[in-house]
Amino acid sequence: MSTSHDTTEYQPVFVGKVLEELQTVLQRYPNKQAALLPTLWIAQREAGWISDRIMAEVAEVLGLTPAYVKGVVTFYTMYHQHPVGKNFVQVCTTSPCNICGAEAVLKALLEQTGAGDAGATSPDGKWTIVEVECLGACGFPTPILVNDDFIENVTPDKVPDLVRKYR
Amino acid sequence: MGFPHKSHPKETVVLSQYFGDAEARTYKGWVKRGGYEALTQALKMDPAAVTDVVKESGLRGRGGAGFPTGLKWSFMPKEKKKPHYLCVNADESEPGTFKDREIMRWTPHALLEGTAIAAHAIRAEIAYIYIRGEFTEPWTIMEHALAEANAAGVFGGIKIYLHRGAGAYICGEETALMNSIEGKRGNPRIKPPFPAAAGLFGMPTTINNVETLAAVPHIITRGAAWYKGLCLSNPKSTGTKLFSVCGHVQRPGNYEVTLGFPLKDLLYDMCGGPPAGRTLKACIPGGSSVPILTREETEATLLDYEGVVAQGSMLGSGGVIVFDDSADMVYQIMRLARFYAHESCAQCTQCREGTAWTTKIMERILAGQGKTKDLDLLLDLSENMTGKTICVLSDSCAAPIVSGIKKFRGEFEAYLAGKRQPVMVG
Repeated sequence: MSTSHDTTEYQPVFVGKVLEELQTVLQRYPNKQAALLPTLWIAQREAGWISDRIMAEVAEVLGLTPAYVKGVVTFYTMYHQHPVGKNFVQVCTTSPCNICGAEAVLKALLEQTGAGDAGATSPDGKWTIVEVECLGACGFPTPILVNDDFIENVTPDKVPDLVRKYR
Repeated sequence: MGFPHKSHPKETVVLSQYFGDAEARTYKGWVKRGGYEALTQALKMDPAAVTDVVKESGLRGRGGAGFPTGLKWSFMPKEKKKPHYLCVNADESEPGTFKDREIMRWTPHALLEGTAIAAHAIRAEIAYIYIRGEFTEPWTIMEHALAEANAAGVFGGIKIYLHRGAGAYICGEETALMNSIEGKRGNPRIKPPFPAAAGLFGMPTTINNVETLAAVPHIITRGAAWYKGLCLSNPKSTGTKLFSVCGHVQRPGNYEVTLGFPLKDLLYDMCGGPPAGRTLKACIPGGSSVPILTREETEATLLDYEGVVAQGSMLGSGGVIVFDDSADMVYQIMRLARFYAHESCAQCTQCREGTAWTTKIMERILAGQGKTKDLDLLLDLSENMTGKTICVLSDSCAAPIVSGIKKFRGEFEAYLAGKRQPVMVG
């Protein structure tokens, strides 16, 4: 993980157009702190994950402390605290999907992408597969999210095509 | 209608009339279908009069608690001294529930219209729609619809903003949701103060569910008496409700029925019952947080707030999870416990420790290493997790444990006696 001891030069995220976007976001709220979740979403979109140094930059632009920002980042599961593969896949395995075969979908994805274990990234850097709790589409088992693409009714036999499509 | 299936003759289609109709997503398409007439009408009315109509209709909160909507609105200060806020709960995360997602996907303007009417009724100038982070498709559709409606200038002085969650079931709890909008960890707050006194940013606030607000425009244009007349059983439960049916049924999906409708007809007639050759074993009628029903109880249940309570469970969010005879109830209850352990915000000891230990004991039983006294231990834990914490997440973990042990004790005992093949839990 990137830390404050890194000696590489840090490229700030909130400059130019991204900074302008942040200004628009700030207008929606009565104070800067309330813009923290949307600001972190922008940061993750730009950098792929939320490093300690990005948290420090977010803290500075919103007038918060880095420790406060870290406290919020670590509460929410969708902010990546370490780099993830090009395709970040979330597979629902909660009870309603579970009884419809979600664990077989997870297994097929882990095997066919080379990711191996849930949460690990495949050696080619292309895939990170995670098991998540309820995605709110229980009538369409098994729903998965590939990055921002929400895909319904995934079964093990559909996994090879999916893997080919996103590879 | 029973999206993704065709409408069933036994449905009462109000909210779901345009599910599957992509043109209804657009501003023009919505107006063509009579959209925004209710808002125009409501904006000409005194806010208190709008609240009265909703009160009179009998509409109750569709997020799970079933609190009367008009009454909730009437708790907002009569004399406005501070900014008022409306929060729309689109954080739909209760396992088994996927109705708000469908409302946002197909009829985003119905939600926006209901939101603006509610904001007018409570005299809020700003409304935040809190959409869970995983709902990428509903987000895009809502964003587009909001831009179109803003361009048409339909909201008068009311500003509506979307706020994206970032993965936390607990943010569907109203005070956690407000904290999350404020840029904080989503920890629930101690009540009182109630949101109507000190809510978002410390200001008077009302929080309503998506489905509740989507019903409001219909009540305004068709009248409270019409809505009140939609009732098949108890007069305290009026209107239609979307039921999301999932698990072991042939046609899972969203179905809209008048409150008081028999659960048996929903499951067998509309959803086609369990897969061929299977029989229904159990059902969770209102999202994973409510007690499990046996087959006999399920078949005797009338779907309204009182009818489900009479069978020992709750109507909740209307997320119906069906288990047939192939389901391992011990394993599935472990999965539910694991869900709550994962989603606990960890503020309260009873919840943080209780959900984690419940999960560990369930896993131990499944692995064939359970002890006879484990069932009593689970029940004792559950008792200490019920009614003792800031919010009800802990109670929700206890519900399937207590009802599961009571109703499916034989399955637990089979693992304890070594009569079932142990399951190694990953």
